[in-house]
Amino acid sequence: MLTPTELVALRLSLQVATIAVACSLPLAIFVAWLLARFDFPGKTMVDAVVHLPLVLPPVVIGYFLLVLFGTKGPLGGWLYETFGIRLIFSRSGAALAAAVMSFPLMVRAIRLALEAVDRGLEAAARTLGATRLDVFANVTLPLMLPGIVSGCIVAFAAALGDFGATITFVGNIEGETQTLSLAIYSLTQSPNGDAAALRLVLISLTLALAALFVSEWLARRVRRFIGRA
Amino acid sequence: MSPSDERIQVRARKRLGDFLFTCDIDLPASGLIALFGASGAGKSTLINLVAGLTRPDEGRIAVGSRVFFDGTADVPIEQRELGFVFQDARLFPHLTARQNLMFGLKRAGRRSRTLRAKPDAVIDLLDLASVLDRRPHTLSGGERQRIAIGRALLAQPRLLLMDEPLASLDGPRKAEVLAYIERLRDEFEVPILYVSHSVEEVLRLARTLVVLKSGVAVAAGPIDDVLQEPAVARLFPAIEAASLLHCQIRAHDERYGLTALEVDDGVTLRVPRLELAPGTSIRVRVPARDVALSLSRPADVSTVNRLPGTVTALEILDATHVDVRVRIGGRVPLLARVTREATERLGLTVGLPVWCLIKSVALDRATLMLGQKPPATLSCVPASSPPAANDAQAESPR
Repeated sequence: MLTPTELVALRLSLQVATIAVACSLPLAIFVAWLLARFDFPGKTMVDAVVHLPLVLPPVVIGYFLLVLFGTKGPLGGWLYETFGIRLIFSRSGAALAAAVMSFPLMVRAIRLALEAVDRGLEAAARTLGATRLDVFANVTLPLMLPGIVSGCIVAFAAALGDFGATITFVGNIEGETQTLSLAIYSLTQSPNGDAAALRLVLISLTLALAALFVSEWLARRVRRFIGRA
Repeated sequence: MSPSDERIQVRARKRLGDFLFTCDIDLPASGLIALFGASGAGKSTLINLVAGLTRPDEGRIAVGSRVFFDGTADVPIEQRELGFVFQDARLFPHLTARQNLMFGLKRAGRRSRTLRAKPDAVIDLLDLASVLDRRPHTLSGGERQRIAIGRALLAQPRLLLMDEPLASLDGPRKAEVLAYIERLRDEFEVPILYVSHSVEEVLRLARTLVVLKSGVAVAAGPIDDVLQEPAVARLFPAIEAASLLHCQIRAHDERYGLTALEVDDGVTLRVPRLELAPGTSIRVRVPARDVALSLSRPADVSTVNRLPGTVTALEILDATHVDVRVRIGGRVPLLARVTREATERLGLTVGLPVWCLIKSVALDRATLMLGQKPPATLSCVPASSPPAANDAQAESPR
């Protein structure tokens, strides 16, 4: 049904998006918690930085990543020399670009869910002998679950679809960094690539619809789980 | 240290915007202690200070031997070993009723082995067995509040805090939960701080009363004493100013269907026959309005109870009324509410000998609560309800 090339691009896309979401989730929860619950100097700044990927052209984000995480960049150089990790032109780099691009969407969804959590329930839990950490793990987090789930799905979809930051940072290497979007772009650039591009477009469409349905289904299950149904 | 020796001490100042809360109370930590006052009087502030949900600007808060807050200590909420029942039950929606109940127990179990409140006993007391597997959103308001009470109780608290636990329930649910709180008060040894602005709840449940007004604790102590204070009595319009007299059943007069009560050496009251054995101790209320004063021994009046006494104090209430305190016999205090006009006409002053004519005597609610539990209508005697049912009137119609 799918050609080997298509399969490679599809698998790569799913892999990159999954890694991006999984790795940024803990950080997103932490940042959402910071922004929702605390007032600290520089909060506006943190908020703005988190939202930059939403307002900057993706190619600019890709450029920043290149500067920071290139093998000569301050972070990339350290990673390369200490651990031998090279992000540039690699699959991990693609995941990093996707994570950065989808991060604001994830933080927003989680922050909204966190702000909707009834703090009275947290106070009640503490009067019942739960420490702050205990309350967060056993009351706050479960109640935020709908937001976490929808945040992850939106971020997953965004990660699947990123183009600009990815191509700028990790290039367009088949089997390594060529995700579905990049593959579609490549095909549209080559003569007689239209039919093949259409097939990939249909795959993308299916993926997007599937994500939406899964999201709906999960949200309903989670709502029932936390007793809001 | 037995629980009854422990004390709840709250000396605190807290500014909340324009509202300054100050309070200095020291109460025995036993039974149900009601914190009463109008909304905005600082009841919830007080209970939140004890729980640690609000931090005082300065002061000292201690329960028993544990100091929760002073200049140096500020014990975290979860280490205070309290139970808190909120007005809105605050059940965890993602947990079943059973998991909610066990939430505090699990954490208290890590602290100590011995449980003062055991799950089976609590489930039994609050009749929760049938709802254990349900989620909070499928429960009625009364069931939710019962789970919340059980949850707090199972956290093995040294002190149970209840912040208007009935306020968000409708009439029938209120009565339902009230009965359970009463059982809990009687069957578990845990002292309860109970915030309420309902006179009925306070009268029915409390043994100790703290009255708050504009952020200041204006009176605190055993409920019967506190209710005697005129300033407090005015806050309880449903309760008439009255004297509480401790007495013993002395004898029954079969011929006239009267029972003689001995209040003090030589002071006897006669009331319609009470089915109680001679020697039984009871308390009676004598409403201040039902005491008339006379300068001479009244001979040609129908009043059965005529007692000599001495005026000990006068307090002008308003343009019309004066409360006259009289001592009858050796030491029994009696309150008479008369008009200002009568006070001047009779020339009432401190030290003047007078005769008191007592028109009615009512059994005190605490007396009714002894022994067999009375039906709900009797255990709560706000005088606004028709008194005929439970007043043992010594005279024909008032």
